[in-house]
Amino acid sequence: MQSSLDPLAHFLPQVWFFILGLFLFLYVLLDGFDLGVGILSLTAKGEERRSILMTSLGNVWDANETWLVLMGGSLFGAFPLAYATILQALYIPLVIMVVGLILRAVSFEFRENADNKMVWNIAFGVGSFLAALGQGFALGTVFEGIKVDAAGHFIGTPWDWLTWRSVIVALTLIQGYVLIGSTYLILKTTGELQQTHYRTATIATWTTLAGAVFITVSTPLLSEPARELLFSRPMVYIFGAIPVLGLLLIIALLRSLQLRQEVAPIVYTFLIFALSFIGLGFLIFPNIIPPSITIYQAAAAPSTLVFMLTFVGFLIPIVLGYNIYNYVVFRGKIVGSESQKVQPVS
Amino acid sequence: MLETWLDTVTLSRWQFALTAIFHMLWPVLTTGMAIYLVIVEALWLKTRNLAYYHHARFWSKLYLLNFGIGVASGLPMAFQFGLNWAPFSESVGDFFGTLLGFEGTMAFMLEASFLGIMVFGWERVPPVIHLISTILVAIGANLSTFWILTANSWLQTPAGGVFANGKFIVQDYFRAIGNPFMLHSFLHMFFATFETALFVIGGISAWYLLNKRETEFFSRSFKIALTVLVIVAPLQILLGHWSAEQVYHYQPTKLAAMEALWETIPAHTPADWTLLALPNNQLETNTWELKIPGLLSYLLEFKPALDTPILGLKEWSPQDRPRLVGLVYYSFRVMIAIGLFFAGLMAVSLVQWWRGKLQPETISQNKWLLWSWVYAGPLGYIAVEAGWIVRCVGRQPWLVYGQLRTVESASHLPPQLVLFSLSGLMLMYAVFFVMTLYFGRKIILKGPNLSLPAPRAAVQPTVVIEPAQHLPDQRPAEAKF
Ligand code: HDD
Ligand code: HEM
Ligand code: HEM
Repeated sequence: MQSSLDPLAHFLPQVWFFILGLFLFLYVLLDGFDLGVGILSLTAKGEERRSILMTSLGNVWDANETWLVLMGGSLFGAFPLAYATILQALYIPLVIMVVGLILRAVSFEFRENADNKMVWNIAFGVGSFLAALGQGFALGTVFEGIKVDAAGHFIGTPWDWLTWRSVIVALTLIQGYVLIGSTYLILKTTGELQQTHYRTATIATWTTLAGAVFITVSTPLLSEPARELLFSRPMVYIFGAIPVLGLLLIIALLRSLQLRQEVAPIVYTFLIFALSFIGLGFLIFPNIIPPSITIYQAAAAPSTLVFMLTFVGFLIPIVLGYNIYNYVVFRGKIVGSESQKVQPVS
Repeated sequence: MLETWLDTVTLSRWQFALTAIFHMLWPVLTTGMAIYLVIVEALWLKTRNLAYYHHARFWSKLYLLNFGIGVASGLPMAFQFGLNWAPFSESVGDFFGTLLGFEGTMAFMLEASFLGIMVFGWERVPPVIHLISTILVAIGANLSTFWILTANSWLQTPAGGVFANGKFIVQDYFRAIGNPFMLHSFLHMFFATFETALFVIGGISAWYLLNKRETEFFSRSFKIALTVLVIVAPLQILLGHWSAEQVYHYQPTKLAAMEALWETIPAHTPADWTLLALPNNQLETNTWELKIPGLLSYLLEFKPALDTPILGLKEWSPQDRPRLVGLVYYSFRVMIAIGLFFAGLMAVSLVQWWRGKLQPETISQNKWLLWSWVYAGPLGYIAVEAGWIVRCVGRQPWLVYGQLRTVESASHLPPQLVLFSLSGLMLMYAVFFVMTLYFGRKIILKGPNLSLPAPRAAVQPTVVIEPAQHLPDQRPAEAKF
């Protein structure tokens, strides 16, 4: 669309690719543990435990989910073509995701007021699962690619996203969320409950690892363009380093779980997510609608990108600041009768 | 017949319309109520009267219930533009998408982050920080109104650029944001949410007063609502009037539909206003009408006759003007009736107050007045929905007025797919609607907890060093209010 000779038309879409990546990454990390805790709640025994799980999210779930809205809105503004094409192509998984997110969001409020909490416990767990599933299929489509014409308009069928490989990607993402949710609960709880999540974290580490190995191996095997990219020169070093680093982190994670450390597991998990995310970024760049439409083709006019950047760029540090403040205010463990006596506050 | 109802465009329209109508029910209360919460919390810090603190705690229960559902019901809205209106998104994304991005970064995030402190943070932050959080939540909510209204106003009066090959090229962002409809539409919506919330608060208070429960407590909220409405209720009528004037200047097809005018009224002749009419699309006329002579020219320009003609619907061919004339016409009148009723109720209540009839001991005796307030409670919602129908149905057949038709804007999806998402969403929303009423009723029946002590942080104002310092996250597993 814009002349590729214009340096601004080159640089700005890259900046926005990075910003969108940042939003998505923060979403995956933060709502990741949110959704993970939700999925784990399906296995939690007893009302007491489930209420601890939900209380641990009470003050953060909304802000965490909002990263997705932020990312959606910014994608719409910065890459309108990508927003239109990707959402249309992923209609079914995204509707599943939205339905899941809605179910879990209302569960917080309804459960709080309900006498019979069971319905909303289930809605919370199932909603979290559906949201993760929808996102997993969307991620799978990144590997599969979206069928588009030369102008970037979607020409595939509504079921393109469903392949045996995307099923595996989806299951892996769910495992990843369970892992990150478990490590969050290790951080926020004590006693018996915490022990349970040392166990779930360990199991989820292995299952995530299995999925990750499969994805890492199958990507160059099954996709010609990916193979070319992976084995081209400086890329081969990056893509060579990522699995090695990943394995080291996994070993560190498993060790910290064994040593019953409280903070280290979630830090290692964050790093593992960051590493996978960087790998994914390199795999996709400079495309925004894989496998063929680049950020330069899909970008809004440079003036739009500049205008948005002026405001959003200015706000990013502020938004990060008050999000961190929120976590600082609510740091510490959740109190429940299993670990300590309940102290009715207010 | 079945085909015309089950095509993708119609289904996508239904989906957008119904999700928007449902979504609107929740934020319309919370954006307005957030301001009320700021007022009572500030009064508490100023007077140190615990009653205000109890107000903050009681009303925030209703606030939180509605807020959660508002967020949930808003999610599909954010994705729908891409899912169901992909050609539209691509065409105007450069500007329209930017605004949705702003709404996320400036408004939603602010509100969502500080909500945690506002709801759970009473014991964890000093009172002043808590008040600031409440203020930021209110600002966030109303910023969200601002951006979405700016975006929608731009659909009504697209400015600041040109359409070339079906794509909107922005030339001046600030002119696009400051499009002709922006200011008055935002203000009208801002006061709509505030007025709706105040009548909900007033209505619930009136119900308690009628039942002689906590009369002192609720006569306080009743009077706060009434006091603020003294300004808000008349102002909303003025803003509605300005909204109508701007429609007259910029959207002649919509004005003709709002007034069910089929024939053009030539310049320099008095224009009549119909109080009621029976518009008939086939015959292109009103089969019956009740007229007030000359009023329309006064309403539009405060003159006995206008210098320019008012165009009737027949000036445009049927595919270039709104089809649902009756819906637009009656929605407009419903909104006006409610706006006038609100102002009247406020005035009568004010007189009763002035006559000394609203003392906590005697207020319960004003039976008919309090019942009117109870019934006024839901009317704000109806006015808001009616207003949106006027605005969005009246804009048809355009999605971007004069530039992009609604039928050209829908994604090319198999209709079954849209039917699937439409029915799924509607089923959920209907359940949520019923559940909100059910749980709202439960909260109201339970009433406020007047034995709640002030937060520790407020009792010992000398502890300035962050009181949360050594406090573990001691929210009990079951957050009690
Ligand atoms: C309740 C609140 C509400 C809000 C916030 C909006 N609208 Fe609207 N919209 C309606 C309420 C509505 C409606 C009253 O529900 C309509 C009018 C006709 C209809 O069937 O639904 C509608 C229809 C409607 C349609 C379907 C076409 C039709 O059948 O009329 C589109 C594409 C839009 N609107 C677009 C928008 C956009 C892009 C908005 C904001 C950015 C927007 N509307 C805000
Ligand atoms: C068609 C237009 C609209 C769209 C696309 C839309 C979109 C959304 C979305 C995505 C959310 C969830 C945000 C989150 O996850 O935190 C939301 C919530 C909300 N909306 Fe809407 N909305 C629309 C109309 C409106 C209007 C007209 C108002 C003003 C009265 C409004 C006020 C709110 C508020 C106050 C919330 C809760 C805020 C929050 O989560 O921080 N919305 N909306
Ligand atoms: C006598 C009183 C009123 C008049 C004359 C009036 C007039 C109008 C007009 C002409 C519009 C359409 C604007 C457009 O299409 O661009 C409108 C929209 C609207 N009205 Fe009113 N109105 C009145 C009272 C109210 C009340 C009491 C409420 C709610 C409490 C309300 C809520 C709305 C809303 C939410 C919209 C759509 C958003 C907007 O245009 O800002 N109105 N009104």
